[in-house]
Amino acid sequence: MKEQDKPLLTIEGLHTCFHTLDGIVNAVDGVDMVVYRGETLGLVGESGCGKSVTALSVLRLLACPPAEIQGAIHFQGVDLLGLDREGIRRIRGNAISMIFQEPMTSLNPVLTIGEQIAESVRLHQNLSGKEAWRWAETMLEMVQIPGPKQRAKDYPHKLSGGMRQRAMIAMALSCNPQLIFADEPTTALDVTIQAQILNLMQDLKQEFHTSIVLITHDLGVIAEMASRVIVMYAGQVVEEAPVRELFKNPRHPYTQGLLGSVPVIGKKAKMGRRLQEIPGVVPGPLETPGGCRFHPRCPKVADLCRREAPLETVLGEHRRVRCWLAA
Amino acid sequence: MFQYVIKRLVFTIPVLIGISLLLFFMLRMLPGDPAQVLAGQMATPEEVENIRRQLGLDRPIHVQYAVFFSRLVQFDLGRSARTQNPVTREIWARLPNTVLLAVVAITLACLFGIPAGIVSAVRPYTWMDYLVTSAALFGISMPVFWLGLMLVVVFSILLQWLPAGGTGSWKHVILPSVTLASFVIAFIARMTRSTMMEVLSQDYTTTARSKGLKEEVVIVKHALKNALIPIITVVGLQFGLLLGGAVLTETVFAWPGLGRLIVDSILARDYPMIQGAILVFGLLYIFVNLVTDLLYACVDPRIRYD
Repeated sequence: MKEQDKPLLTIEGLHTCFHTLDGIVNAVDGVDMVVYRGETLGLVGESGCGKSVTALSVLRLLACPPAEIQGAIHFQGVDLLGLDREGIRRIRGNAISMIFQEPMTSLNPVLTIGEQIAESVRLHQNLSGKEAWRWAETMLEMVQIPGPKQRAKDYPHKLSGGMRQRAMIAMALSCNPQLIFADEPTTALDVTIQAQILNLMQDLKQEFHTSIVLITHDLGVIAEMASRVIVMYAGQVVEEAPVRELFKNPRHPYTQGLLGSVPVIGKKAKMGRRLQEIPGVVPGPLETPGGCRFHPRCPKVADLCRREAPLETVLGEHRRVRCWLAA
Repeated sequence: MFQYVIKRLVFTIPVLIGISLLLFFMLRMLPGDPAQVLAGQMATPEEVENIRRQLGLDRPIHVQYAVFFSRLVQFDLGRSARTQNPVTREIWARLPNTVLLAVVAITLACLFGIPAGIVSAVRPYTWMDYLVTSAALFGISMPVFWLGLMLVVVFSILLQWLPAGGTGSWKHVILPSVTLASFVIAFIARMTRSTMMEVLSQDYTTTARSKGLKEEVVIVKHALKNALIPIITVVGLQFGLLLGGAVLTETVFAWPGLGRLIVDSILARDYPMIQGAILVFGLLYIFVNLVTDLLYACVDPRIRYD
């Protein structure tokens, strides 16, 4: 087997639920996925579909209780859910790191940028204070922040949103991790900065041979970055496909709806078509509908969909869909 | 920064003038005649009139203020109507006691209140949290005089470990400062708990954890530093209040501090004494506030004074 084909991360039957005052909330309900070395996997879905909770479950960054994580998560053969607190701590930021959505709130306002990068290097790579600081400056240069030596001494409030996200990326890459979860890394940024950040991530991924799980609801970002896509809806995987496949031939009505809701310039004139939307909203985690979870919003709903939940239908390698129409 | 401090110090002058004005006229609106109080119940009207003239209270009120103010700018607070001693001397005699008690109490409060608050925020809804929150509720709601008396009963009368009152040795300081600190400990613990809980739910705390930092580092370096601003505010305010003297505690433990001095002077309508003591209190309070504001800038880089 080639190095490329070896799975880096496998998630099997992941269930993450939260015990709340209103009852048990199943945020992630039976998710399976595999991440390979050096690939970018797109994780797509509307807000509240369980994308972020999946990522947080892998690093066990959810407070338990109220959260409860079940299933199997293996990273390079190591069972992450079986590790003790110290074990998972050694993985975090070192082998697997995260980039968060809000650069404004994800950086600690009272510590300098340099310190926030250097501290994890000191911890995981056993570098001295000076070496770690120099490495932090190098990382800031790598993410193309001008004047990295000066910037390292600055506090986050002196940096713009785009700069902060660069610093965040520098922080995530500082220990040369094998896997990065990027949770909506560009959502909070304006469009030109988005493109810069995405390019930067693409370049650094090549340079560091890092795998990326890109969590987003932006299909444009997916088309640009991902090689394979997993679509989630209400805590479940509803479709998986290589990126071209997904855009060319989406099988799940939800994916079709998502693609239909992307505006394409000039399309209306050509096809005589208005921008489509998926009616309704994602069901709240406490009001998951019976049968297929998408059926109240599905344009192709049949009687069977209302009665029984569809199982996953495997259509090929990395090609699966959870819909009665495909079964 | 230096300029800011100078500016703030200059600003205390109008504040003090404002305090002196308010104080002066409000005191004279109080019912009761200082001359009558001083002369006693049996005095003849002539005697009372004599004392009034001695105190200068027979002159028009604006003249009285002018005299008071012209002495004030020479740092002369006049003589106590009750003891005839210079007010400054009386205050100087009491101030060290009050400062000692306040400093010990606030130190105890920080030493116990902040860690207690952190523990209960880090392990919410566990027995430790319940212990801290119920102890804090106890501390907040216990009347100071009751707690003081109970401590005297246990430690002075039953166990005979510590003196029941007075000053003289470090042993005398323990009971009154513990009594005073109990409320402040509880207050600081509650404040620390709620702020820490908020900070621990912030995104940057998750970021810190995602970097694989040890939980102690996440709590102390990343969370506590962010939670310090409200904690410093509360500590500063409470310290300022303690410096004003603690009447009840001082009374229970026969502690010769500013609080009792002020109350005794009010009862005797000893105008110069009250004015002097309150002005000193005001000055200390302003100073503590200034230090508090400067500490903010040390903790939070977003706060700049320039």
